[in-house]
Amino acid sequence: MLPPILTALLIMTGIALALGAALGYAAVHFKVEGNPLVEQIDAILPQTQCGQCGYPGCKPYAEAIASGEAETNLCTPGGDDGARTLAELLGREFKPLAAGAVVEKPKAVALIDEASCIGCTLCIQACPVDAIVGAARQMHTVVSKLCTGCELCLPPCPVDCIALVEEPRTPQNWKWKYPATGLRVVA
Amino acid sequence: MIARLFSFRGGIRPDSHKKESSGAPIRPVPLPARLVVPLIQSSRGGARPIVTVGDKVLKGQCIGEAEGKTGTAIHAPTSGTVSEIGRYPMAHPSGLESPAIVITPDGEERWIAHEPLDLATASRDELILRIQASGIVGMGGATFPSHIKIGKDSTIETLVINGAECEPWITCDDRLMRERAADVVRGAMILRRLNGARRVLVGIEDNKPEAIAAMSAAARARMDTEDADGGARIDIVTVPTRYPAGGERQLVRVLTGIEIPANRIAGDFGVQCFNAGTAHAVCRALVHGEAMVARIVTVTGDVERPGNYEVPLGFPVADLLALCGVRPGVDRVLMGGPMMGFTLPKLDAPITKGSNCIIAASPGLFPPAPPEQPCIRCGRCARACPAGIQPFDLYWFSRSRNFDKAGEYHIFDCIECGCCAYVCPAHIPLVDYFRFAKSEIRARDEERRAASQARARFEFHTFRLEREKAEKAARLAAKAAETRASLSAAAKADAAEQNVAPPPPKPPT
Ligand code: SF4
Ligand code: SF4
Repeated sequence: MLPPILTALLIMTGIALALGAALGYAAVHFKVEGNPLVEQIDAILPQTQCGQCGYPGCKPYAEAIASGEAETNLCTPGGDDGARTLAELLGREFKPLAAGAVVEKPKAVALIDEASCIGCTLCIQACPVDAIVGAARQMHTVVSKLCTGCELCLPPCPVDCIALVEEPRTPQNWKWKYPATGLRVVA
Repeated sequence: MIARLFSFRGGIRPDSHKKESSGAPIRPVPLPARLVVPLIQSSRGGARPIVTVGDKVLKGQCIGEAEGKTGTAIHAPTSGTVSEIGRYPMAHPSGLESPAIVITPDGEERWIAHEPLDLATASRDELILRIQASGIVGMGGATFPSHIKIGKDSTIETLVINGAECEPWITCDDRLMRERAADVVRGAMILRRLNGARRVLVGIEDNKPEAIAAMSAAARARMDTEDADGGARIDIVTVPTRYPAGGERQLVRVLTGIEIPANRIAGDFGVQCFNAGTAHAVCRALVHGEAMVARIVTVTGDVERPGNYEVPLGFPVADLLALCGVRPGVDRVLMGGPMMGFTLPKLDAPITKGSNCIIAASPGLFPPAPPEQPCIRCGRCARACPAGIQPFDLYWFSRSRNFDKAGEYHIFDCIECGCCAYVCPAHIPLVDYFRFAKSEIRARDEERRAASQARARFEFHTFRLEREKAEKAARLAAKAAETRASLSAAAKADAAEQNVAPPPPKPPT
């Protein structure tokens, strides 16, 4: 008969080994692809891919936030609402967008003035979502359904023929207003 | 005959206000200076104009071809000249503009030659195509294209014709069934033939005894005289007056006992439902060869001559009101009924296929709502709701913009009937909150869809750039190796020639 201390040690070692094996197995077989936090952050970002945050797209910014390298208030299209959601997700303190950052711009898409386009392909190279079609010395055009309105194609155009136009209001995208609550005259 | 009626959940009994407009027969209207016919007149698609400015058109001539499979055609409501094709305010709560064809009438009302179909020989597909080409949509207000509804190859057992007209003030279907019952019945029988139903049930609320009598007589006459319908029955059923008995789900429930879950359609349960006005239009189109160029509109409220008018499509609402004599004090105009309609933002909006009623509202008739007070959780709204949802919960979520929760609590099951707001003792405009929340949720879903598309495209873009870089590097490396090989081969040849050891070739940088 082993002394009780040894029995206890053996049992504990046995449990530790069994659990370690189970954890090791789980780590290999149920491995999560990618960083789930990055995915969660990326899901909140508006996917405009405009780079105004200082990163080359929404995913890179999400990675920077996840690694603690970037603040949560750099995304202009996401606005204060987006910054708040990000702060909530990460348990960080909410910081509003830097003063002067334009927020609440109506959704707009790029439009090429096809008569002035010289077919230089510079805008095609700038577009982060490949929403511009055209070829060298051919007229280019923006597929407006795919355009995110990031404005990245505007500066490279040598003839300044790209403009951002507001999305037209249609009965499909028109929204009912928040009901006006009747104000009561008290005095 | 059907054995018994069923009852639907919730509902209210508001003052019906039908007497104001139901007394006089349907009257024609004089032609206005111009008719503005919108190109989009159905909930599913529009029309492509096939006329140009200056063209002379005849009444009933197609001026807009159905766009795609879901579009519906539009036709000239009178003879005259196309004077403009442009953007005009539409009959929509937004007051937005939509493309429209403007016709200046020549006052002659010359019809294009009628081309009725021979119903005995025409195939089902021919009839359905003609329904689309005649521009027929649901006349109850939802303007769903009839050819799509009927064209689905489903197994339909019962055809329900909706003549309930449950909403207060509106009487256009009532007058239609009183005066043109034979055409309504004939149209119903054509629809029955198209969807293969065994029986036809026409539901009419018991506050319309004249319409019930006229329709019953027409149905009997139809079943007695002709054998064309293969002996199929059409029954006129009197249903109790309770708003919203004319809702599709509610009427189907009352007549057949089938309760349609919110995420399914009536067709899944072997029932199809058409408005009485739609049945009438189908008869006009197929039997008489007349496209849809006019509809019956109830004009009521604070006007001198309330009643029902046969109005050409595109007739400006302002002209119609002027005809009926608006009384002083009218401060807003409703399109549709007081429960489900909306305030017209602009009076130059035209009458369209879905405009069943125009109400001139004054503070005397429709007193402004008392101020909204906090919800006291009395639960009256939930008891009145025919959709079986909890309006007070939805109100709370919509008010605080908690849209995920609102969706979870089935806000999209709400049919916007207004029963909850009608009974609410705290005078909360519940439906306004729900309309707001629904449009916000729709916009947000669309944004999310666009975002995930952009994400996928950005990822592919990044992948493409990397791939191009890798390909370029590979190409350069291959080229470098080639040059090196050819250089060393040349060097070897040189060495062999001169028999002296050459310096090793420098690799290209
Ligand atoms: S009826 Fe009005 S007060 Fe009563 S529970 Fe519903 S919302 Fe609240
Ligand atoms: S408006 Fe919507 S929530 Fe209110 S009673 Fe009607 S279906 Fe129910």
